[in-house]
Amino acid sequence: MSIEVRNISKRFGNFVALDNISLEIPTGELVALLGPSGCGKTTLLRIIAGMESSDTGQVLFHGEEATHVHTRERRVGFVFQHYALFRHMTVFENVAFGLRVKPRAERPAEGEIRERVTRLLQLVQLDWLADRYPSQLSGGQRQRIALARALAVEPKVLLLDEPFGALDTQVRKELRRWLRRLHDEMHIASVFVTHDQEEALEVADRVVVMNKGRIEQLGTPDEVYSAPASPFVYRFLGNVNVFRNRVHGQWAEVDRAEQAGKDEALAFVRPHDIEIQRDASPGALSAGVLHVQAIGPLVRVEVEHQGEIFEVELTREQHQALALAAGETVWLRPRNLRVFQGDRMVSAQTFDLGAGI
Amino acid sequence: MTTKKHRVLPGFGLSLGYSLVYLSLLVLIPLGGLIARSAQMSLAEFWAIATAERALAAYRVTFGCALLAAIVNAFFGLLVAWVLVRYDFWGKRFVDAFVDLPFALPTAVAGITLTTLYAANGWIGQYVEGVLGYKVAFAPPGIVVALIFIGIPFVVRTVQPVIEDIEPEVEEAAASLGATRAQTFVKVLLPTLFPALLTGFALSFSRAVGEYGSVIFIAGNMPMVSEITPLLIISKLEQYDVAGATVLAVVMLVISFVLLLGINLLQWWAANRHSGRHVDAGVQA
Repeated sequence: MSIEVRNISKRFGNFVALDNISLEIPTGELVALLGPSGCGKTTLLRIIAGMESSDTGQVLFHGEEATHVHTRERRVGFVFQHYALFRHMTVFENVAFGLRVKPRAERPAEGEIRERVTRLLQLVQLDWLADRYPSQLSGGQRQRIALARALAVEPKVLLLDEPFGALDTQVRKELRRWLRRLHDEMHIASVFVTHDQEEALEVADRVVVMNKGRIEQLGTPDEVYSAPASPFVYRFLGNVNVFRNRVHGQWAEVDRAEQAGKDEALAFVRPHDIEIQRDASPGALSAGVLHVQAIGPLVRVEVEHQGEIFEVELTREQHQALALAAGETVWLRPRNLRVFQGDRMVSAQTFDLGAGI
Repeated sequence: MTTKKHRVLPGFGLSLGYSLVYLSLLVLIPLGGLIARSAQMSLAEFWAIATAERALAAYRVTFGCALLAAIVNAFFGLLVAWVLVRYDFWGKRFVDAFVDLPFALPTAVAGITLTTLYAANGWIGQYVEGVLGYKVAFAPPGIVVALIFIGIPFVVRTVQPVIEDIEPEVEEAAASLGATRAQTFVKVLLPTLFPALLTGFALSFSRAVGEYGSVIFIAGNMPMVSEITPLLIISKLEQYDVAGATVLAVVMLVISFVLLLGINLLQWWAANRHSGRHVDAGVQA
């Protein structure tokens, strides 16, 4: 079952939560809505679920108009950040709820309900907790029950609002992998909201990066990480160094700061895309080493160029070969950078770092 | 070797002792005196007074009206609390403040006001009695009206915080699972509210059983029809029949205690059934 969202806009008073959003999610795809808080990602999810109404635009399920269909008829499975389990019901009854409230004609027989709930509890590997109450479960267990409850009604789409937001790192990692597996078994379209870039990049087939009610970029995790479409995406996904430039036609020049005007541009380079050299070469920037720190498998080097601080990440081998120490002067050579003027990308690869020489 | 058990809150012995002394002085000793006084007569005498026709009628009126009023209050109190928590409207703060008025208003004032309103020539009474032909003031329905008035804040104030605690997400979850509004209310909200509602009901009921001031103005106080037990006790006292008054008091005391104990047990059961407090909650994975 595919989901399509067309030209959705939503305001809360003067605040524009969603600004003309269009998005298509085919069956079988797991999509992450990623963005900082207040970017409209949860509102979009709630509009898809029918829990919020949009000011303009349409929601279509499998090509059929669903904009004004009530939540209970949309057949969406919704998972909340804080689980929203029914605390007066056992785990079993929580999962069975969706089946028990069906109209009499559609309601499965008691035996079938029992069988289906047990199967779902086995799927989330918690069948041994069937008689417990939610208050007796850990956060990770509660969220798995919430998911089993959502799946009980055989939803056509699965929507998850920061599903792992309230859990600790270890449980989160485990549940992520598990959600991915589960999704692949179900053959439905799933959308989950997160502000955690790692989560989005790790789990999703496609990532929708949102900011201030608009979609900044839509692409595979690799696309949004290695080819960000805007300065915002660069900054939001991972660490990045920003060089100020002036653009002359095909060429950009690093920081002749006093002349910066309308032709000013920003060049973005990931910390691991900067090479450190001992010797000067054309196009390299001189920089002073401020600080060297080993973090797990990586070595982070802080360098200073014309009063601005940049971060470079080296592998341990690279660092051993270079043997950098604080106070040294080195030369930086970016391997992969993208230049933006405002929000527009310009002359991505042709770049002259002449200022350093 | 034994180690002294330390508590985070000190002074358990002192505070418990103080509570017991205080409770004894204010509650247990007067009640004990009551029972001691009535114990001076023989069982047959006691029984005769306690089951006199007029007394039986008074019990019926007192407990029947109180029960009816508490049921009505449980229903409308829940509604008022719901509206106050869930909706925003102009003047909400005022309505919220109005709810507490029956707490503060002298009950006699309430009784006189309600009597004036519901009397045959009153603002409301002229329609109820004139058009519907139903007598409210100076009849048992008047008692119920007065008891509803004084009892409603108990329900609203006990249920309100519990409604505030229910996350709207729980209702959204129910809706996304296909539940109608009615199913969500009956299967999800009501069970969550039930213990608090029961508390509110019990408070409202016990307040109504003991109410005197407002009822005597509106009831008409006809023996066998609209005479409440507290009034009967007073009239016995006015005739210097202290023993008779004590007997009725003891009967009321016993009935009230049994009813409240029952409600409390029900409440305890409802609160514990779902919280899982009775099972070891230390399951973490």
